[in-house]
Amino acid sequence: MSAISREEVAHLARLSRLAVTEEELDTFAGQLDVILQAVARVGEVAAADIPPTSHSVPLTNVLRDDVVVPGLTRAEALSGAPDSEEDRFRVPRILDEDEPPSPRGEGPAEGKA
Amino acid sequence: MADLTRMTATEIAALIATGEASAVEVTQAHLDRIAAVDDRVHAFLHVDTDGALEAARAVDARRAAGDELGPLAGVPVAVKDVLTTKGVPTTVGSKILEGWRPPYDSTIVRRLREAGTVMLGKTNMDEFAMGSSTEYSAYGPTGNPWDLGRIPGGSGGGSSAALAAYEAPLAIGSDTGGSIRQPGAVTGTVGAKPTYGGTSRYGLVAFSSSLDTPGPCARTVLDAALLHEVIGGHDWRDSTSIPQPVPDVVAAARAGATGDLTGVRLGLVTEFSGEGAEPGVMAAFRDAVDALTKLGAEVVEVSCPHFQYALPAYYLIAPSECSSNLARFDGVRFGLRVGDDGVHSLEEVMSLTRDAGFGPEVKRRIMLGTYALSSGYYDAYYGQAQKVRTLITRDFNAAFEQVDVLVSPTTPFVAFPFGSRTADPYQMYLADLFTIPTNLYGGPGISVPCGLSEGLPVGLQIMAPTMADDRMYRVGAALESVIGTLTPPAL
Repeated sequence: MSAISREEVAHLARLSRLAVTEEELDTFAGQLDVILQAVARVGEVAAADIPPTSHSVPLTNVLRDDVVVPGLTRAEALSGAPDSEEDRFRVPRILDEDEPPSPRGEGPAEGKA
Repeated sequence: MADLTRMTATEIAALIATGEASAVEVTQAHLDRIAAVDDRVHAFLHVDTDGALEAARAVDARRAAGDELGPLAGVPVAVKDVLTTKGVPTTVGSKILEGWRPPYDSTIVRRLREAGTVMLGKTNMDEFAMGSSTEYSAYGPTGNPWDLGRIPGGSGGGSSAALAAYEAPLAIGSDTGGSIRQPGAVTGTVGAKPTYGGTSRYGLVAFSSSLDTPGPCARTVLDAALLHEVIGGHDWRDSTSIPQPVPDVVAAARAGATGDLTGVRLGLVTEFSGEGAEPGVMAAFRDAVDALTKLGAEVVEVSCPHFQYALPAYYLIAPSECSSNLARFDGVRFGLRVGDDGVHSLEEVMSLTRDAGFGPEVKRRIMLGTYALSSGYYDAYYGQAQKVRTLITRDFNAAFEQVDVLVSPTTPFVAFPFGSRTADPYQMYLADLFTIPTNLYGGPGISVPCGLSEGLPVGLQIMAPTMADDRMYRVGAALESVIGTLTPPAL
């Protein structure tokens, strides 16, 4: 029996923000099934009362002296960005053009340039 | 003068210190070697010719001025492309960061510069350090100098191949599940994974933050120890950095080189008795253990019953952390952006960018991690894997009550031909069968050449308790005193 279906893989791709193709889905569904069946072996271990380990170094509340040190300049921080404008990261539009008009009806939606 | 590229870092540093060779001569010799062989080996993704010569000139000027030089001043080093280098391209082997020039140095690279080492360039790797062969690099694989039709290991295959091809005497790697040690084993070189937290992750592009550990690669155990000492130690920029001095790994390597292991207890793991490993690898390993007993070491068999679950646990924990870490590649602050045409929304641009920028293994692990962290699956997968991690740590702690170090083959098989393990991703994962338990526990491990099988190098792995990195250098140097270094056929 499969551990994971093609539909579940398509859902994972959406959650992971990966615009995978149909061909990729076919390949990944088979491969992820093999991997999941193998890693599911962790379930064989009786570990109900065992505390989890998230990290091998038991450090807590790691603080440093409150001293100002130089950081990146604005130009340096923006130097690798695919696009920037007015000293800011420029991103594609966030609001959908097809969004319903504002309850007040007529006129351009507020907040749009 | 003898060929500078065939010398150890220790020998090169001595020549520079006495003035018998200049740092510029040494650097130029290695740049010439890279120019002669790297079109076939492809160990480097970027060669920083100008930066290297400038750094070398600075060392020569300091020596001329009578400044005191560090133990590795003027020695060239190749750096895995997972570490940020200010102004020098850093791709992590991925198209999603193609052309990115970071605005800052990682701590490891900063310490290399401060020590006067000369960075030759950035080495090839499996994309985001996910793989065991460099076949998942977006820029094409690296050839193993022992046989260019075979893999150099991974993910840090470029660093280890650069050493074996005499393109660099020192290199930096990073080890999340074996990415320093397995390439060391299959190229006949030395690769050391320090204690987690013993080397800084600041500026190391994150794959699995609770496991990622940068570390030294070299052709001898002493050279690896010298490099370890330069890059190791506490760093306030990494909140998981251990606030303790670096164990005295250099003294340990020198002590081990005398060939005396009287009183040292070596643990053989019952569960690693050979299932899944090639007979030739097991034979070379057993011969090496016999050689160590002749140096005075005592062999004790210890059982680590949960090691058999290390690989499954790792392939839940590492992908889970990766699915979170790689969310930062969203086409906004750095790297690739695809589909920004005024029509696609931000979310669509992110999805198109990530699909175009990530290769198949990275996508598989992101989806696997997303699955393991999903509501309804979390307890059975990620949560259960974290509990298994606790049990593996307990196995190590119990073993180290009986023995000083554990030994095993580094990897179950010698360098395999390209394409032989890519069809079934899980077959690739098996390369890390023996290295992964150490990552989950957080202790140090080193791979040292121990012989040949089918004419190809075999590595012996030495695992030590947390912050007892010196122990593995002592045993490793003792083994090296018997086996010597391995020399590949001429390229």
